Amino acid sequence: MTTVQDPESSIHRADSTSWYEASARRRIELLLDSGSFHEFIGPEMREVSPHLRVFDLPEQFDDGIIVGSGMLGGLPVFVAAQEGRFMGGAFGEVHGAKLTGLLRAARDVKSRPVLILFDTGGVRLQEANAGELAIAEIMRAAVEARSAGVKIIGLIGGRAGCYGGGGLTAGCCSALVISEQGRLAVSGPEVIETNRGVEEFDSRDRALVWRTMGGKHRHLIGGAEVFVDDTAPAFRDAAMALIETVLGLSLDTLKSEQLRLDTRLQIFGTARDALDIWTEIGIPDAGSVPGMPAEEFIVLADKVRSIDHDAR
Amino acid sequence: MEDITFHHYTQRPAAGNKHVAIVGVVASGNLEVLAERVLSNDQFKIEIRTAAEGFESVWSAVVADFVERYPTGGLKFSINDGGARPDTVMLRMAQAVRVMEEG
Repeated sequence: MTTVQDPESSIHRADSTSWYEASARRRIELLLDSGSFHEFIGPEMREVSPHLRVFDLPEQFDDGIIVGSGMLGGLPVFVAAQEGRFMGGAFGEVHGAKLTGLLRAARDVKSRPVLILFDTGGVRLQEANAGELAIAEIMRAAVEARSAGVKIIGLIGGRAGCYGGGGLTAGCCSALVISEQGRLAVSGPEVIETNRGVEEFDSRDRALVWRTMGGKHRHLIGGAEVFVDDTAPAFRDAAMALIETVLGLSLDTLKSEQLRLDTRLQIFGTARDALDIWTEIGIPDAGSVPGMPAEEFIVLADKVRSIDHDAR
Repeated sequence: MEDITFHHYTQRPAAGNKHVAIVGVVASGNLEVLAERVLSNDQFKIEIRTAAEGFESVWSAVVADFVERYPTGGLKFSINDGGARPDTVMLRMAQAVRVMEEG
C-alpha cells in the first residue's frame, strides 16, 4: 500500500468531477489519498440483505454501502459511503450493520476520524424494523465513538440527499459538509405532503424543496458547518479542514447545542419560508440566493453567518 | 427474480492479475458485475440474477457474443441485474474485463 502521491496530478484529475454525479466508490477514490483505500466486507464476501429476496427484489453485493479505511492528507481515517442509486441509498439490516461496525471500530481505535458519505432516503421500507433498529444502533455507536474522542464528519451532496434515519445520523456527527444539491432533513417532501397536506408542503414545488432542505439553507441556519461547491476536491478540502478544527463531545457541547437551537427557534420560530429567515439574518436580496453561484454564496454566507459557537 | 448460469470454454485467458473487481450499480436499467479470477485459464462462468424474467435466450446470445469478443479465461462473473438493456450489459461486462486488466 502506498500513501505517496503527487497532489498536483490527483487534484487535476478530480478537479471537475461532480460529487453529485459520482458513484459511492468513485467518491471514496476521489476523497482519499490515491490508492490508499482498503475495504472491509467487500462485495466479494456477498454479505447481501437477507430480506430483499423475500420480496423478489434484486440485491447488491455490498448492500449499498462501502466501508473501510484509508488516508486523507496522510492521516488515517475510517470511511463509509452510501450508494444512492441502489434503493435510494436506504438503510437495511446489513447496510446499517456495516456502518455500526465501522463506528464501533472507530470507538475502540479512538484516534481515527470517521467520514460518512451520506446518500440516502432513510430506512429501506422492505426491511423497516431491521432498518429502524439499525438507525438506533448507528446513532448509539456514533455517540459512543464521539464520547471516546472520535471526530465524525458527514459529507452530504448525493442524489438521494440525506433523509430519515440518515438525517438523524447526520445530526449525531461532529460536523457536516454540504453542497447545494445535498438536501438534509428527516421527513422528505413527499412524506410531509402525505401527512400534512399540500397546503403545508407542496412536494412538486422543487424551488420550495431546495430552499427548505437544500445545502444553502442548511448552512445559513447553522445545520451544516461548511458549504462547498459540487466538486470532489471541495469536499476533500473541507473534510481535511474540519478534522483539524472540530471539537470533542461533552456535556457542555450538548448544552451549547440546546442553547443554539433554542435561540434559533426564538428568532425564526414565526418565519413562514426560508426567504423570511434569510432576510432576517441580513441578506439584502434573499430571492437571489437560490440562483447564486457557489463561490459568491460562500462569501455572502461568511458575512452573515455567526459560526463562533461551540455547539453540536 | 430469475437465476441464469452460463459456462463457456475459452481460448484466451483474461489479461492482468487483479483478483477481484466490481463495476456498476443495481438500479433500474442498470446492473453490477462482480468479476473474480477463480477459474482455470480455459474457463469462463457467469451467474446472473435478474429482475427481468423470461430473457434467458437474450442473455445467452449476449454472453456468447461477449466471450467471442473479449478474453475472459479464468474469470467468474456474478451479476445482479436491475433490468438493463443488452447494450448496457455488454458495456458493463467489457468494463469489468478492463478493470481486471489494470491490476
